[in-house]
Amino acid sequence: MGDLWAGLAQGFWMVATLDPELVEITLRSLRVTLTALLIASAIAFPLAALLAVKRFRLRRLTIAILNALMGLPPVVVGLIVYILLSRSGPFGVLGLLFTPSAMVIAQVIILVPLIASVAHQSLRDLWSEYHDLLIAMNVTPWQKITTLMWDARRALITAALAGFGRGIGEVGAIMIVGGNIDHATRVLTTAIALETGRGDFALALGLGFVLIALALAVNLVTHWLGQTEREGRW
Amino acid sequence: MMTRLILSLGLLLSALAAQADTVRMAVTTSFHNSGLADVLLPEIARDTGIEVQLLVVGTGQALRLGAAGDVDAVLVHSRSAEEAFVAAGHGTRRVPLMYNDFILVGPAADPAGIADTGTAAEALTRIATAGAAFVSRGDDSGTHKAELALWSAAGIAPEGAWYKPVGAGMGAALNTASGLDAYVLSDRASWLNFGNRGGLALLFAGDPALFNQYAFLPVNAERHPHVQAGAVARLESWLLSDRAREVIDGYTLGGEALFVYNAGE
Repeated sequence: MGDLWAGLAQGFWMVATLDPELVEITLRSLRVTLTALLIASAIAFPLAALLAVKRFRLRRLTIAILNALMGLPPVVVGLIVYILLSRSGPFGVLGLLFTPSAMVIAQVIILVPLIASVAHQSLRDLWSEYHDLLIAMNVTPWQKITTLMWDARRALITAALAGFGRGIGEVGAIMIVGGNIDHATRVLTTAIALETGRGDFALALGLGFVLIALALAVNLVTHWLGQTEREGRW
Repeated sequence: MMTRLILSLGLLLSALAAQADTVRMAVTTSFHNSGLADVLLPEIARDTGIEVQLLVVGTGQALRLGAAGDVDAVLVHSRSAEEAFVAAGHGTRRVPLMYNDFILVGPAADPAGIADTGTAAEALTRIATAGAAFVSRGDDSGTHKAELALWSAAGIAPEGAWYKPVGAGMGAALNTASGLDAYVLSDRASWLNFGNRGGLALLFAGDPALFNQYAFLPVNAERHPHVQAGAVARLESWLLSDRAREVIDGYTLGGEALFVYNAGE
């Protein structure tokens, strides 16, 4: 119990005094996860809409695979990305390993199935309502997809927030491909793992509380901007 | 359009990655936990202008990173693995740099009675005979290899419910030992820097069999042309200088000197 209070106090002090190292790794955490989220959403949203609107042979299989990949262990993703980006691997010439870019790539792979699955669920429900109307209006498939995505934008934001939650708290993959290098690839979660390893539980917990506060803040700001809880259904 | 997008994305990513005069060095957790890096790296940066980026992993993974060419140099502590690394052509040479020592840590009450033994082998024999809980790193790290060598020197094959390989770094193994009130082999630096000791205490140290030699291994630039060979050579000559001896010998933690510089001896 003592460690918990010490952790809370330490976390509070680091935020209150704007500890430069804390600011640095927090900004890096945000940069990596938000970049990954942006790229992953750009892939996952149209994919989810396509799966809701279009009927093709491998559709069910694709959905099943996406759902299964939600549970992808980050460590495995990290290891695969490491092998691909390693100097001895196929993309070694790019020199990306142990850079924030490698961390973004790993997180995109982790986030796409999650965001696509959650988004597909709500888009499918909406599609069953819109189906007859849109067919009757004889719109193109592209118009169907954009209409669905626009009208379900709040649900898509929820899907993105779920992705943000998974990305900002993820440690297994970015530890392997980022390497937790001080001033280069150290982020909140890898710093927490490091301090736990050193037995400095108070500092690790302090960083943990900062991480929780950060996730909370991002969610609140998103809801406030989207005014999710004000209007009627959408 | 898609290929162009991917291409430009790749270019953007690699542009972000490019940096000047940076050396990536894989080091062991025990070296990093000692805190020496916090003193050493700023000195290196000031004297040579080289920014050393540390990847903190176990010796096994450090050597793998070196073999794949993902780091420019390796600083580890497992002689036989290092010699195999150089023999396989992954590294150009092995430069012994400094040593510290391993210690046996355990519950302060010392149920196996290892505190008054004369050698590390005898201490381990008593732990095994008493069946007292012993936490092993179990991660193919330098410390793990040293521990296995000590067991085999004692003529014991450690197995049974009392022997608990955790497959984790030094800090995590110490955390586990602290939780289980178990014995554990640690390097002195990690122990002195460790914050969560609980009921553990330093029980045995000083046997020459427990000396822990660190060596610096530059990665073979002929095999991996992208390796920063020039910067690594400058780093190596700094490490072999009197300046490095001063910094390493002068590093203390809690009033104790941790490392003994012995390059070129």
